[in-house]
Amino acid sequence: MSEIIKVGIADINLVSPPNTIRTTGLGSCVGVILFDQVKKIAGMAHIMLPDSSLSKTPTLNEGKYADTAIRSLYDMLIKRGANGKTLKAKIAGGAQMFKFTSGSEMMRIGPRNVERVKEELSALKIPLLASDVGGSSGRTIEFNPENTLLTIKTVNAGTKVI
Amino acid sequence: MDFLRIQPIHLDVLREIGNIGAGHAATALSTMLNKAVDMKVPSVNVTSFEEISEMVGGAENVVASVFLRIVGDAPGCMFFMLPVDQAERLLEDLLVGQTVQLTNGDESDISLSALQEVGNILSGSYLTSFSDFTGLNLQPSVPATSIDMAGAILSFGLFEVSTVSDYAIVIDTAFTDIERQDEVKGHFFLLPDPLSFSKIFHALGVPLDE
Repeated sequence: MSEIIKVGIADINLVSPPNTIRTTGLGSCVGVILFDQVKKIAGMAHIMLPDSSLSKTPTLNEGKYADTAIRSLYDMLIKRGANGKTLKAKIAGGAQMFKFTSGSEMMRIGPRNVERVKEELSALKIPLLASDVGGSSGRTIEFNPENTLLTIKTVNAGTKVI
Repeated sequence: MDFLRIQPIHLDVLREIGNIGAGHAATALSTMLNKAVDMKVPSVNVTSFEEISEMVGGAENVVASVFLRIVGDAPGCMFFMLPVDQAERLLEDLLVGQTVQLTNGDESDISLSALQEVGNILSGSYLTSFSDFTGLNLQPSVPATSIDMAGAILSFGLFEVSTVSDYAIVIDTAFTDIERQDEVKGHFFLLPDPLSFSKIFHALGVPLDE
């Protein structure tokens, strides 16, 4: 029996076949998947904000910020036996759910999240194989570590696989 | 926001804000539709980010929503949110003689603009009474609409609070059609920014312990 591993908002989790991993209702948030195709192990983070320097709390929820979540996901995968040199990434999300005439910085949070995720991936030398970002639609995503396909469901723009 | 400093009296204060604000909004809605609209006693919850979308049927549930920022003395976010079929029926009542479709991508400008106007009127009346009650200077931003997954929409209201906490205080008022009371038709969500709580409590004479 295969299971669907859930990733909540500001959360990180790992998966291996036959299970799949899923997060629902990504808006401006970005879902990041790192995977090792040979070892068949993958992980997903549901990132809310670009940078942990935005945090005003004494203890940091690492899953919430692009910089800390990607590094923490990377470490978790290595600890589980993934090969850091062959890790690859796919990402989805970073939408602008609402259009405003006056765009404050907080309203651009989706694109900022995507930019920061890409910077972190390149800092860790992880190739980004596919992405489905931007637009104004919410996304639910599910990754299958067996075939490394990411299925993206939207309300307004149908389903696609990357 | 340190939730440990929040006492039951503070939750009562927030519930009263929801009660008065949503009461005015429900009256406005009732006038607009020319039929009775009932509202439930507001709930004030300290919720995890996951739980907040459960209030409207789960993160993937498709809803019609109007969002606006509150600016002024106590900034925050406000959402007016309802199931798509209910939104369609509400707009059909307003746009007499038109069929309204909101989810197949060919929703007309007039129905989106009507939804935005409904949200504008309702959240405006909510906010005006909130402002009158507290004496705080509060203004709404221009509202924006979205018809999409509840989780994707609500998370937009969580950024301010997410920098200080993994939890949010949500003032949720559900309202119903009086003829079918079992069915919840929609929600008003008020999510004050973290720094706004002490200002709200102070304005109403129940400051947090310093």
